[in-house]
Amino acid sequence: MSSTLIAGQAILSFDDVVTVLGGGKAFLGKPRPLVRAVDGVTLDLRAGEALGLVGESGCGKTTLAKTALGLLREKSGTISLDGRVVSGLAPAEARRIRRAVQYVHQDPGAALDPWWSIGHALDEALRIHGVADRGTRDRRIDTMLDAVGLDSSFRRRYPHELSGGQQRRVGLARILVLEPRIVILDEPTSGLDLSVQATVLRLFHDLRERLGLTYLFVSHDLSVVQRMCDRVAIMYLGRIVEVGETEQIFAAPSHPYTRALLAAAPKLTPGSLMDTPALQGDPPSAVAVPSGCAFRTRCAFAAPSCAESRPVLERMEAGGTAAHAVACLRWRELQQAGSGGAA
Amino acid sequence: MSVDDALLAIEDLAVTVGTDEGKAEILDRADLVLRPGSIHGVVGESGCGKSTLIKAILGLLPKRTVVERGRVHFEGRDLLQLSGDAMAREVRGRAIGFIPQDPFQALNPVFRVGDQLMESLRWHGLPGEEAPLRGRVDRATRARHRAHLVSVLSAVQLPDAEQALDRYPHQFSGGQRQRLLIAAALSTRPKVILADEPTTALDVTTQLQILKLLRELAERFGLSMIFVTHDFGVVAQLCDTVTVMYAGQTVESGPVASVLGAPLHPYSRMLLACHPDRAVELAGIPGAVPSPLKPPSGCRFNPRCTDARPVCAMARPAVTTPASQHRVACTLYPPDADPATRAA
Ligand SMILES: Nc1ncnc2c1ncn2[C@@H]1O[C@H](COP(=O)(O)OP(=O)(O)O)[C@@H](O)[C@H]1O
Ligand SMILES: Nc1ncnc2c1ncn2[C@@H]1O[C@H](COP(=O)(O)OP(=O)(O)O)[C@@H](O)[C@H]1O
Ligand SMILES: [Mg+2]
Ligand SMILES: [Mg+2]
Repeated sequence: MSSTLIAGQAILSFDDVVTVLGGGKAFLGKPRPLVRAVDGVTLDLRAGEALGLVGESGCGKTTLAKTALGLLREKSGTISLDGRVVSGLAPAEARRIRRAVQYVHQDPGAALDPWWSIGHALDEALRIHGVADRGTRDRRIDTMLDAVGLDSSFRRRYPHELSGGQQRRVGLARILVLEPRIVILDEPTSGLDLSVQATVLRLFHDLRERLGLTYLFVSHDLSVVQRMCDRVAIMYLGRIVEVGETEQIFAAPSHPYTRALLAAAPKLTPGSLMDTPALQGDPPSAVAVPSGCAFRTRCAFAAPSCAESRPVLERMEAGGTAAHAVACLRWRELQQAGSGGAA
Repeated sequence: MSVDDALLAIEDLAVTVGTDEGKAEILDRADLVLRPGSIHGVVGESGCGKSTLIKAILGLLPKRTVVERGRVHFEGRDLLQLSGDAMAREVRGRAIGFIPQDPFQALNPVFRVGDQLMESLRWHGLPGEEAPLRGRVDRATRARHRAHLVSVLSAVQLPDAEQALDRYPHQFSGGQRQRLLIAAALSTRPKVILADEPTTALDVTTQLQILKLLRELAERFGLSMIFVTHDFGVVAQLCDTVTVMYAGQTVESGPVASVLGAPLHPYSRMLLACHPDRAVELAGIPGAVPSPLKPPSGCRFNPRCTDARPVCAMARPAVTTPASQHRVACTLYPPDADPATRAA
């Protein structure tokens, strides 16, 4: 693993990245319309951190993850890894040089071949990645199973024999044997019960410390993100609308969308339901993104100017690494008016 | 609170199901009290029997299930004793409405929404009217049904109610489909609505809209509701009272503030301590939920419980009321002085 990196420095950077999906031939009927699922994302992942990525379903989180991996090719913009540009390449080549970035599937059970034992699946992952020596593969598999809290008898088990929590552990082991430095966790706790989720979150936390990993943590569960992440980026219709340290975001959300999203998360303290204003409607379709600020059609603070120009991410205070940035034309006014704030 | 002032009460319900590997005891001692005008949450981890409980109330238990014990009191009757025909005519979809979990699966994609919502009125009639004979309706009746549905769709705040009836399910978003299903449940003006994880598939923003809507509708129509969820946050925001279940048993019930604020059963305490908002240290609960094929004897939580004593495995702990209206089935608490308050 690289030791030249200084904790806190950008390890993976997106600069105005655009990824377009759709088009082409559909299986039946019309081709799918083109959508800019990732629409000008500028974001740094810093060495050693856990960066949360949140937003309503369909906002482009998985597309951004797959673009980072090189599984989807960006249409424009630049992606850098350790300061080297790794974008603008054909998928196979992009994937090869981004091997340090690995992805844990949302449903690791579905990502496992039902006919292969866990040991076989892990062995295959290593072989594909060029680990030729059988003894080395064996050792790495045992080490990783142990690291994710499974004993070596799990090598002989099949995916259907595992519980939800065990499947997550295997999904994690399968990429950890590849010794990644950056792990993208896509909805890693969805569908898990609270008690299982707690053990899985604990595992993510411990492994990050032990192996010096960097996480991009995609989740719709704000309680989990608040607990697990150092920083949080909020995404709306393919764009990052706010990013900052977790405490900043939760204590002083500045984009009207962030405020609405945080307020909607059901809190454990009874009683604020009817006082919490709900965002109206659903996010507009990615096929017809509103002009200017994409959020303006649902925003309680939208002004005519919001339709005219697209807000860029602006740092809210001068300063070093603790930048809190927001993409809203009116953030200064709203901050001064002290309007709202998270419940 | 006893069974007597309840609108609906489940008492000591035990349900088994025959499987290839033997008899599975999927509900063992389920108790629940729904008071008039309240929203009651049922919370527990997957497999603890929440959906089975709902199906038992609706008379929709799957094949090979057997009700071994228990009663479901509703309007002076035991629903478990009613014939299938009486359940279909008088209770299910009429006095008791149902909102399913998955708004993407509950509607048939090939039929117009209006035709699907009309179905229930065709069999039950408009609220306060006789049901049409054998589901036959003439054009005039159909028009009245349609007008009624338009008003119900407005009540659930679905835009363009009139046109919505002529569209197909795929033309609606997930949140709108959930509104359609709520409208379907409301259209016969039931007294009670049962909702099985109706917001689990939705984003938090849409979930908030739906939770607020349910609360408003409950107040406006004087509805009572049983709301199944695995999310304590949803219970905290929506419900007045709550039942916590573990492995087919009711372990604790009471007012939401009391149960979430000062949980009594070790399971509730350990589970709430797993919540990211509350956990001091994320740790989980040692062990796993037992299979209903060979459940532990006595309190089913005893093999995982840090407070377990030998007596816990011997018999089902009695239900006691250590705090006001807050009941728990655990040997840590002394029996109630007055046996009259025992009923859960
Ligand atoms: N293969 C595809 N073709 C066209 N559009 C797609 C495709 N996959 C996803 N999309 C669209 O791209 C947008 C972003 O999707 P996704 O990245 O999966 O969002 P998220 O992970 O945030 O839920 C959505 O509007 C989705 O409908
Ligand atoms: N038809 C059935 N045959 C066998 N087991 C069943 C059947 N229905 C439910 N079960 C079992 O009963 C238990 C309770 O299921 P369910 O009521 O769906 O729980 P929940 O809704 O709380 O997740 C589970 O262990 C489930 O596997
Ligand atoms: Mg996704
Ligand atoms: Mg269920």
